[in-house]
Amino acid sequence: MRLFFLLVLSVFLMSLPAFAADATGAETLAAQPELPADYVWVLVCGFLVFFMQAGFAMVETGFCRSKNATNLLSKNLIDFVLASLVFFAVGYGFLKGEDIGGFIGSGHWFLRGASYDVGTYLDFFWQLVFCGTAATIVSGAVAERLKFSAYLVYTFFVSLFIYPVYAHWVWGGGWLSRLPFGAGHVDFAGSGVVHAVGGLIGLAGAMVLGPRFGKYGKDGKPRAIPGHNMSLAALGTFILWFGWFGFNPGSTFSAHHLRIAVVAVNTNLAAAAGAFATLLTMYAKTRKWDLGMALNGTLGGLVAVTAPCAWIEAWAAVVIGAVAGFLVVWGVYFLESRGIDDPVGAVSVHGINGLWGLLSVGLFADGTYGLYSLEPPYITGLFYGGGVGQLLAQLIGIAAVFAWAFGLGYLLFKVMDLSFGIRVSPEEELRGLDVYEHGTPAYPEFTPQRTMVAS
Amino acid sequence: MIKLEIIVRGEKAADVVAALEQCGYPGLTMYTVEGRGTQKGLTEQFRGRKYEIPFLFKTKIEVVIRDEDYEKVVEAVSTAARTGTIGDGKIFALPVMDVIRVRTGERQEQAI
Repeated sequence: MRLFFLLVLSVFLMSLPAFAADATGAETLAAQPELPADYVWVLVCGFLVFFMQAGFAMVETGFCRSKNATNLLSKNLIDFVLASLVFFAVGYGFLKGEDIGGFIGSGHWFLRGASYDVGTYLDFFWQLVFCGTAATIVSGAVAERLKFSAYLVYTFFVSLFIYPVYAHWVWGGGWLSRLPFGAGHVDFAGSGVVHAVGGLIGLAGAMVLGPRFGKYGKDGKPRAIPGHNMSLAALGTFILWFGWFGFNPGSTFSAHHLRIAVVAVNTNLAAAAGAFATLLTMYAKTRKWDLGMALNGTLGGLVAVTAPCAWIEAWAAVVIGAVAGFLVVWGVYFLESRGIDDPVGAVSVHGINGLWGLLSVGLFADGTYGLYSLEPPYITGLFYGGGVGQLLAQLIGIAAVFAWAFGLGYLLFKVMDLSFGIRVSPEEELRGLDVYEHGTPAYPEFTPQRTMVAS
Repeated sequence: MIKLEIIVRGEKAADVVAALEQCGYPGLTMYTVEGRGTQKGLTEQFRGRKYEIPFLFKTKIEVVIRDEDYEKVVEAVSTAARTGTIGDGKIFALPVMDVIRVRTGERQEQAI
């Protein structure tokens, strides 16, 4: 810990003296008087993405039991708090600093020196809310049994290194963006960079932790552990859906690309198609209109359309969303059958559909919009005469994100588990993490108890 | 004297209390209980996976009445609690040996 502190301090001192680029913004404005629309657009969209933290907090808390509500809310708070500080100090530099060998960036430390510039600060804020989103996805997959201390360490390393380095490969000029196929690997708003990274680290965490007590019966069959508040889960889903209207359209990083209207429509259609496909699939399977799974299906559709949303037509968004809805259902049952306990469906929603979103670009991209630009090269997929080049670039990205996020995530959780143990004691798990870890039950005056057995 | 243990739907409890008051028995004890009848609970579903609720919440009302009011009270309570569908509840009747009012020391029917 002391070593780390010294490291941080030395990096901080090295960035002195501080020469400002354009800290007031006056020169930038004088040079490009049309920029305020873009700044306001990106910031407002960034605020919407920040609000998704509330959405994640509500979905995860609602889908879990009341005895772990304080713990989940705390984790959803601390991941954005820590990510803000760590990403500011170092993480952003790894993402957007000067490229070293296509692997990692260097520069922008503590946003000092030449980085004290309105344009850089704008970009930093945008990248930060994305980093926070990736970090907070994991808390759902490891819910109801991961120690709070382990979550602190996890958040630190994800926002310091795992997220920024992968994001550098795609968005920071790294090797994935320079692949010689199609336009290189592309991921418009982060199906892969944000969601697959979060979902796959979550998968690693859930695997290292093992299932919650009571998730599997003595016969080895999976059992339901109902969440305590469907109202919170639904509210959270609506908040996320709303936030996604910042997440995707804002990723043009310019209000002057009127393509934002197309992005918004595609985002919404994929959410609707995902929800509807899930609802019908679940009705066919169980003869019930299963709200919980439909909420997951909504989010699955949103995750999947995040990579292709700027490069496709509306009909493709519907197809991509509907496939995402089926994938959510398949993913939830598949993971359960493999003994992997993901209490809120984060791996199916963000991991599996993040990968599907990346793939879908290579199929459905229609060649009407470029790389965050109205100029060529336009992104064109297999179904629009683009050949297999883009598809190949997307497949390489899928392999890369799986290896990087799942691999490092597994290593991180495993090393933590071997060194200090990442799972709470069985007694604490039964009683709930709220009282043992935080001293604060979420509902001290609210105590109905029902006896339940699995069917 | 007879003690009635009346198990009814929670949403019918207020009607049953009103019926008992009509019959001249405003004093009673009630509480929420978990239990089940011959239909053995319910099945629910969460994100595609079913689970059983083996016990349901009911309201149990205990009241002690005079022997001569027995048929009248049973009739009034049954009418108030009935919906005609499964789960309307049950009434158990037990003989009571004595009743004592703590404040005055009155005994038997005087103390009801």
